Amino acid sequence: MQSYSIFSLARHALSGHKNWRPAWRAATPRRRYKVIIVGGGGHGLATAYYLAKVHGITDVAVLEKGWIGGGNTGRNTTIVRSNYLWDGSAALYEKSLKLWEGLSQDINYNVMYSQRGVLNLGHNLQDMRDIRRRVNANRLNGIDGEVLDTAGVKQRVPFINTSADARYPVLGASWQPRAGIARHDAVAWGYARAADDLGVDIIENCEVTGVRREHGRVVGVDTTHGEIGADRVGVVVAGHAGVLADMAGFRLPLESHPLQALVSEPLKPMLDTVVMSNAVHVYVSQSDKGELVIGAGIDAYNGYGNRGSFQTMEHFLTALIELYPIFSRLRMLRHWGGIVDTSPDASPIIGKTPVDGLYFNVGWGTGGFKATPGSGWVFAHTLATGEPHSINAPFSLERFHSGALVDEHGAAAVAH
Amino acid sequence: MKARLPTGGRIDRDQPLQFRFNGQALTGFAGDTLASALLANGIHLVNRSVKLHRPRGIIGRGPEEPNALLQLGEGATALADQRATQVVLRDGMQARSINGYPSLKFDLMAIFDRAAKLLPAGFYYKTFMGPTGWWEQYEKIIRPASGMGRVPDGPDPDRYEKRDLHCPVVVVGGGPAGVMATLVLARAGVPVTLAHEQSQFGGGWLASRSSIDGAPAQDWLEAAIVELSQLEHVTLLPATTVFGHYDQHFLGAVERVSEIRPNAPLRERFWKIRCQHLILAAGAIERSIAFANNDRPGVMTASAVHEYIERYAVLPGRQAVVFTNNDAAYATAHSLHRAGAQVEIVDSRAQSGEQAQLARQAGMAVHINTQVSNTQGRLRVRSVELRHADQRCERLPCDLLAVSGGWNPSVHLHSHARGSLQWDDALASFIPQQDLAGVESIGAMAGVFDPNAALAGACEAAQRAATALGYATDATRAPVINPAEPGPTGLQALWRVAGRGPAFVDMQNDVKASDIELALREGYRSIEHVKRYSVLGFGTDQGKLGNILGLGIVSELVGMTPAQVGTTTYRPAWTPVTFGALVGTETGALFDPIRYTPMHDWHVARGAVFEDVGQWKRARYYPRAGEDMDAAVARECLATRDGVGVLDYSTLGKIDIQGPDAVTLLERVMVNNWQKLGIGRCRYGLMLDENGMVLDDGVTARLGDQHYLMSTSTGGAARVMAWLEQWLQTEWPDLDVRLTSATDQYATISLAGPLSRALMTDLGTDIDLSASAFPFMSLQTGTVAGVAARVQRVSFTGELGFEITVSADYGAHLWEQIFLRESAYAITPYGTEAMHVMRAEKGFIIVGQDTDGSISPLDLGMAGMVSARKDCLGKRSLMRSELQRDDRPQWVGLKPKAADAVIAEGAQIIATATPQGETPMHGWVTSSYFAPRLGYSFALGFVNAGRTRHGETLYAWDLDAGVIELEVTDPIQYDIEGARQNVE
Amino acid sequence: MLLITCPWCGPRDESEFSYGGEADIVRPPEPEAIDDAAWADYVFMRTNTRGLHREQWVHAHGCRRWFKAERDTVTYDIRATWPMNEEAP
Repeated sequence: MQSYSIFSLARHALSGHKNWRPAWRAATPRRRYKVIIVGGGGHGLATAYYLAKVHGITDVAVLEKGWIGGGNTGRNTTIVRSNYLWDGSAALYEKSLKLWEGLSQDINYNVMYSQRGVLNLGHNLQDMRDIRRRVNANRLNGIDGEVLDTAGVKQRVPFINTSADARYPVLGASWQPRAGIARHDAVAWGYARAADDLGVDIIENCEVTGVRREHGRVVGVDTTHGEIGADRVGVVVAGHAGVLADMAGFRLPLESHPLQALVSEPLKPMLDTVVMSNAVHVYVSQSDKGELVIGAGIDAYNGYGNRGSFQTMEHFLTALIELYPIFSRLRMLRHWGGIVDTSPDASPIIGKTPVDGLYFNVGWGTGGFKATPGSGWVFAHTLATGEPHSINAPFSLERFHSGALVDEHGAAAVAH
Repeated sequence: MKARLPTGGRIDRDQPLQFRFNGQALTGFAGDTLASALLANGIHLVNRSVKLHRPRGIIGRGPEEPNALLQLGEGATALADQRATQVVLRDGMQARSINGYPSLKFDLMAIFDRAAKLLPAGFYYKTFMGPTGWWEQYEKIIRPASGMGRVPDGPDPDRYEKRDLHCPVVVVGGGPAGVMATLVLARAGVPVTLAHEQSQFGGGWLASRSSIDGAPAQDWLEAAIVELSQLEHVTLLPATTVFGHYDQHFLGAVERVSEIRPNAPLRERFWKIRCQHLILAAGAIERSIAFANNDRPGVMTASAVHEYIERYAVLPGRQAVVFTNNDAAYATAHSLHRAGAQVEIVDSRAQSGEQAQLARQAGMAVHINTQVSNTQGRLRVRSVELRHADQRCERLPCDLLAVSGGWNPSVHLHSHARGSLQWDDALASFIPQQDLAGVESIGAMAGVFDPNAALAGACEAAQRAATALGYATDATRAPVINPAEPGPTGLQALWRVAGRGPAFVDMQNDVKASDIELALREGYRSIEHVKRYSVLGFGTDQGKLGNILGLGIVSELVGMTPAQVGTTTYRPAWTPVTFGALVGTETGALFDPIRYTPMHDWHVARGAVFEDVGQWKRARYYPRAGEDMDAAVARECLATRDGVGVLDYSTLGKIDIQGPDAVTLLERVMVNNWQKLGIGRCRYGLMLDENGMVLDDGVTARLGDQHYLMSTSTGGAARVMAWLEQWLQTEWPDLDVRLTSATDQYATISLAGPLSRALMTDLGTDIDLSASAFPFMSLQTGTVAGVAARVQRVSFTGELGFEITVSADYGAHLWEQIFLRESAYAITPYGTEAMHVMRAEKGFIIVGQDTDGSISPLDLGMAGMVSARKDCLGKRSLMRSELQRDDRPQWVGLKPKAADAVIAEGAQIIATATPQGETPMHGWVTSSYFAPRLGYSFALGFVNAGRTRHGETLYAWDLDAGVIELEVTDPIQYDIEGARQNVE
Repeated sequence: MLLITCPWCGPRDESEFSYGGEADIVRPPEPEAIDDAAWADYVFMRTNTRGLHREQWVHAHGCRRWFKAERDTVTYDIRATWPMNEEAP
């Protein structure tokens, strides 16, 4: 792999940047692979990379129906954090966060993981109890976190509306300093380049149209480029997991919903951290370009349309101005939607399926981007060994039979 | 105003306007945009680019402008990133460049331009990687250098509002085609709305010399507007930008009210528009050509130059070169020529056409088969380099370069709603495929640049819409126009000119043709990858000037047609939309309803401290002078346990359930039995979701044979109501039950404590309060203090208690009647905090505080409540292996070994006094207090297999409070037998 | 924002409605007679149709009545809405 560095940039500058090689090859599919990964988003590409790097399995193809990173990887608001309540989630997201911390060096591609911290605001007493419980759990799980009071929030975000007459006053927040944001496209491209360098074939514009099975075991996939055989198939898709499961003859506890985001026009730096609020229901950060990157929860109804409902956006913008009145005169530049597959417990499904040799890594809901490296790492282990790693063992499809849910939104439910 | 022409233009020379740019005092006229006023003052250099800090001037005339983004005003009313070409000039306006330190003319950061070779597309992906964790350090330098405008320094003092508009037909774009279509519809009687981005209708005709019957074409258009404005079924929305087109013909539009009426009490109005037919007439935008140093101030699009001359009477340069690959720019050449500029035309096309001939006849030099390959000048273009077909180069001095690379129809509003596009070879651009039901694009947006054809097309589209809606159209025909300006005919696509120097495709982000080349070379092949890697089109103009140009360059480089390469998604908004407008008045008190109980004013007068519970304001405690919360709560608890306390319990959810099948409904939604509950009796019930987890709880009373009153938690009322309605209507429509939400209809006052019965008696009631007549968990109706009341003998504190429910209108009266007796009984009002403490002493749960959606009745030790006799929602889930595990978290009491050590709510339970690093957790604390009556602190929470661990020593850990040693106990600590609440 | 036709009130903005998920999921009449997998299928598994989807809505800020709809989950076009107890038109 031609190395990326300030020195290589300078060297290539001398030749007018005419000698850079493609970051990844435009591979043509072979007839069979040891492992096929369906889905060329961040998770799929990370899986391929760790399969090759950690497990030495390089006879791998990543099949992407469009262009890599073209789904939720390139549409999300790029928040990375690991301050989840339950041990199972904490382990998964913290594994991921640790990988984020060294990712740029590991794959020699700057993914710009900016550890500027994430605030999760509390607006009533129960929010603050939940925050304290979660941060305490985080700390005992070896994850950084603090509980801030109103003044602590104000210190980090001076213009946040902490006046007592705010409809939902800011009582405090959880604060995870190691959390932050990253450059979404770079994650897909960086993993693709690193995986390609280890021999993985990345095949774009190749849609999977069927899952081939013999005697209850997967033997390959049908694609728009023809049939491709495989010993193991890992499905890592968002927005279309149910369609793939249907091809393989089973059902998933997933529903696809639009998730919307928007950006403002670029501004000089003024927001140095990520601020999220569940009760007032909006989150915001400022990208390095200066745009405010704003999002909230999913649209209520099922949809595959890559666009959401205007009223959802009105609601989260209202929440934005409620919390940050000085943003009122700023302007929305662009808004868009992605499709997220939500599960009943707001946790992903990573592991075996009723079909031997077919593994799924789906259902990340709204939180998939942050988990990209960890998800790829555990799924590579699962595909390589045929068994889940201890980190993804709790995220089996079977948990919906046994009742062992990893209920991350349950813990945030507000009632009294 | 040295560049202002002595006559002409649509400006009001009698209304001079004073404004400042970077502190310099300048003058313009009413009718100017900020851009035209700057140009009138001879100012081209207005900004520095974001990445390379190159000097930049005004290039365009409307929403495509990538350079002239200025900061307007100061303080709380400051506006960031304002496009000078779209800002209407106002007296006193203060504008500043966004970049340029120490000055716009001498910018230290222009060093980036010198180092541009080190900063190709995506350079940041290749460096700034080490050492680990250093990215934030690099960011400290990068972030201030990027970014653009500044945020206001205070809350927005202006007002906004939202309005809905339903109209059978909406026409977007008030240029000639849009006005024509509106006129046809209006005359046919069709209710129609015409929205136009600018405050003045007319579009291109505002700068056109075309005529109708010898009069300016714009006169005809203005007469049409007058006619339309007099029709009641026509809504004209000038200064209104339709920014997005969504499903089912839903449009988002923002009307800049203050642009038309500067003193209006409203700055902007957000229109949510629905229509059955949509006619899009959004026009087209001229594009540039990528040649070396095509970004110098003084390089403009030809149409912009034309418009500044004709509409604003501003001559942007006296020595002009016009560079074109089509006929349209010849109009600009003539305008320049007429205005007195020296003009040379550089036409890249091989053949000399009719326009070239006309230009020569007018006395202008025309260089055919020639390209502009470079420009010179520091802060303004001083000369251009021409390359002739024989590769001979020559330099022409100039102070203005007007460029036309062709025209791009503004297909955005068609594309937002997933309309398809098709490549038009004659235009070398995309046009709408007209494949959306009920949506038609007309005029330049549809690629029709000939004015007569555009108007004829507009009439036809309008007639189709009218006919589809059942209206007969009259004989309105388009007028015959004598066009004065050529359209973009005879175009020969020219994307890129070879030359030494950066050839910009997207000025705002300094994206060069070489960056696109690099992206392709590095394997970013899809157009989306090219865009994202090179950041082409990611500026605030969203690529209106550069995207098609970039696509053309890509198609040339990869050897495919632009249609094969395909376009990227056009995402709303068309132009940026003020957040405040989308929010309207819905912040502050209107963000979410606030619910007050009928006794709220009394609590305020008593100095209560409130907490938000759902939408309700509840009194949390009533501090006396000098008391902190702990002292007040302790006093309230003890006074209640020793005498009588009064709680405003009106927020408790109340659902009235009636009908023959009421009891069946209760049986199905609650875990326990309801068949045998007698009339006049109450019972605590627990509700689960289908996953077996606790959804809500509360006491339900049987009021009559087929009549129940269910109480829910304060925060859960609406959710439970919706839950019951859903099951009744979707799954059990056979049940004959009626539900009524009665929360707001009643006020509930809870009397608790040993003196509560005496107080009840003293209040005056016809209810027999004796234990035999009115036992615990029963209900009586009668009057209390002269008010019709329902009284339940229930208890959440563990004391003798009566909950008096009266009509909400009498709540305050009854409360006052009680407090008339305050001194006689030492009545103490208590708030939610004391209530929480007292119920905790009794081990009662609060749904939402103690449960979190992951707690089953088995976990709570309430397995005994779950009826074996019948099914209920969620019961089946309790049988799953995971829920049967005996090491699940179980509801326990947690008693600190030190009596005064209060554990933090949210603390985790661990098994070691000295946690180090990762430490296994055994449970968590949900409620914790100093319990005044018990005399020690006490907490409730969950411990794995907790019911088998009573007596075990564990530790509560909190990041701030540290470790507290505790003993696992039964959750009930006070009056375990229940003697006090059952008192005779 | 969708325009949804309540079978009783007529066309109204989406903001007046709440979504109630996939329609025609029948609660097992004897939950205790089926195994965990069958129960999980009822509680959690969804067809998550891409295309025409039968679903439930409630006119929450209106008549509070539930009804069924058939909506295309890709185009978001609503083909029809009808009362719970009636057959699809």
